[in-house]
Amino acid sequence: MSATSLSALAAQLAAGQVSSRELAQQYLDRIAALNPALNAFITVDAEKTLAEAAVADALRATGRAGPLTGVPIAHKDIFCTDGWLTTCGSKMLHNFVAPYDAHVIQQFKAAGMPSLGKTNMDEFAMGSSNETSYFGAVKNPWNPAYVPGGSSGGAAACVAARMAPAATGTDTGGSIRQPAALCGITGLKPTYGLVSRYGMIAFASSLDQAGPMAPSAEDCALLLNVMTGFDPRDSTSLEREKEDYTRDLNQPLAGLRVGLPKEFFAEGLNNEVAAAVDAAVAELKKLGATTVEISLANSKLAIPVYYVLAPAEASSNLSRFDGVRYGYRAPEYGNLDDMYCKTRAQGFGAEVKRRILIGAYVLSHGYYDAYYLQAQKIRRLIADDFNEAFKVCDVILGPTAPGTAFKLGEKSDDPVEMYLNDLYTIPANLAGLPGMSLPCGFDAKGLPIGLQLVGNYFSEAKMLNVAHQYQRATDWHSRQPEGLL
Amino acid sequence: MSFSPDDVKRIARLARIETSDAEAQATQAQLNSIFDLIATMQAVDTAGIAPMAHAQEVYQRLREDVVSETDHHTAFQAIAPAVENSLYLVPKVIE
Repeated sequence: MSATSLSALAAQLAAGQVSSRELAQQYLDRIAALNPALNAFITVDAEKTLAEAAVADALRATGRAGPLTGVPIAHKDIFCTDGWLTTCGSKMLHNFVAPYDAHVIQQFKAAGMPSLGKTNMDEFAMGSSNETSYFGAVKNPWNPAYVPGGSSGGAAACVAARMAPAATGTDTGGSIRQPAALCGITGLKPTYGLVSRYGMIAFASSLDQAGPMAPSAEDCALLLNVMTGFDPRDSTSLEREKEDYTRDLNQPLAGLRVGLPKEFFAEGLNNEVAAAVDAAVAELKKLGATTVEISLANSKLAIPVYYVLAPAEASSNLSRFDGVRYGYRAPEYGNLDDMYCKTRAQGFGAEVKRRILIGAYVLSHGYYDAYYLQAQKIRRLIADDFNEAFKVCDVILGPTAPGTAFKLGEKSDDPVEMYLNDLYTIPANLAGLPGMSLPCGFDAKGLPIGLQLVGNYFSEAKMLNVAHQYQRATDWHSRQPEGLL
Repeated sequence: MSFSPDDVKRIARLARIETSDAEAQATQAQLNSIFDLIATMQAVDTAGIAPMAHAQEVYQRLREDVVSETDHHTAFQAIAPAVENSLYLVPKVIE
């Protein structure tokens, strides 16, 4: 595919060079050709997509088109979508056709952006490789023997393979940024509270945040304009003025202070990733930025803290899946309690069960203070480190993940090894800060490397400009995997 | 921290997840390695630190006490495993 930037597609639609139906059909054709090998989508429904595209064309014909009307987008299968199968990657919801739209889905519908389908993901967003999906692993478009990352692995893979011009994702501990890094695309996790969680199937409610995934930072800025906004149906949605996230996209970087956390460049970081990140730092310096070494001393505790807090919240959130009101119910059972126990034993996969058990344990009588409360206290220490750092820098830079994509099956038997993938992404979730990943190179195997930016609260426009200026000076984000079609 | 298979079965019982002896055995080793990782935070001195429950200081909003929802029970129950006369069916609880 040639032009794939959202602004280019929008310009073609506005000029009448292509209709939304034609554009949607082009992407549907590409999905039909590539999805059997990549497994990036759980549900594709061409009829529904084309009907939504026809609505977009009608909006345009009557002069009511917005900036992205007619541009199609793929949605992570964690967002409830009225009339569409919404599985969250789980057998528990393998038959769940959502009876309403998530806020994020409503926003994209209102913008006139047709849905290309629902993307594959780790079960209930618990995973860093997409291998925990009940619907099978997603393959990395750069090399199908490798994982795409997770949990928004289908979203990242479909954008990398240009099966969709953009996708939605969610990020609880790195689930937008890590797959974006492993698939060579750009992804942003906004400040906690900017995007409504209404209708987004909950994993860890104090950490979950939806965000855009697309080839470039400019694309992400346009998508963020659609996604954000106050929603009274989410009790943590922030009442703020709507921002234009493209407003800073042409600011020079002169005087930008980039903080380099020494802990993110220490032991455990792959050499090729370190070299690519160093080269990106050099590029930003050429554009006028200065660097300052900072310390996020407590970030080394982010993984243990996360694996107390996130499972604790998950064990509570996932108690709703009991086989009574929706989703899977065990075919055979005795009494009510037996129905719950068998439904949950059969409906949840191994990783989800593990996390529910961790959560049930750390919240149980006698252990609450030692685990849950201690983790919440260290969460504050981690957030305080960031507050200190932002006194001396405007944006924090480091690797998104400690390495590039790994082989399918390589880490799936060792949960702890898998958890370490999110070493650099979890701290921003715990603090509630915005973070993004953008491509900054390739390793010797030809697999993409991700650069992470973490900004202060509500500094998305500034971060997006840093990424945009870097992407104007480099072409990593426009590289596409070869040999697909 | 060291879990026995019986510990695993006890926690699984709390979480209403049926677990066989073989599954408890397999899960035990994994939980032990995860809790070894978690244990690294126990050494941190957090005296006087206020727990952080949420990223933003937000409070439950109040609203007017007016009806804001309409009746969707037909749509919601259409996807339930078992429904009769607008009631969710489960095994008998009270004899």
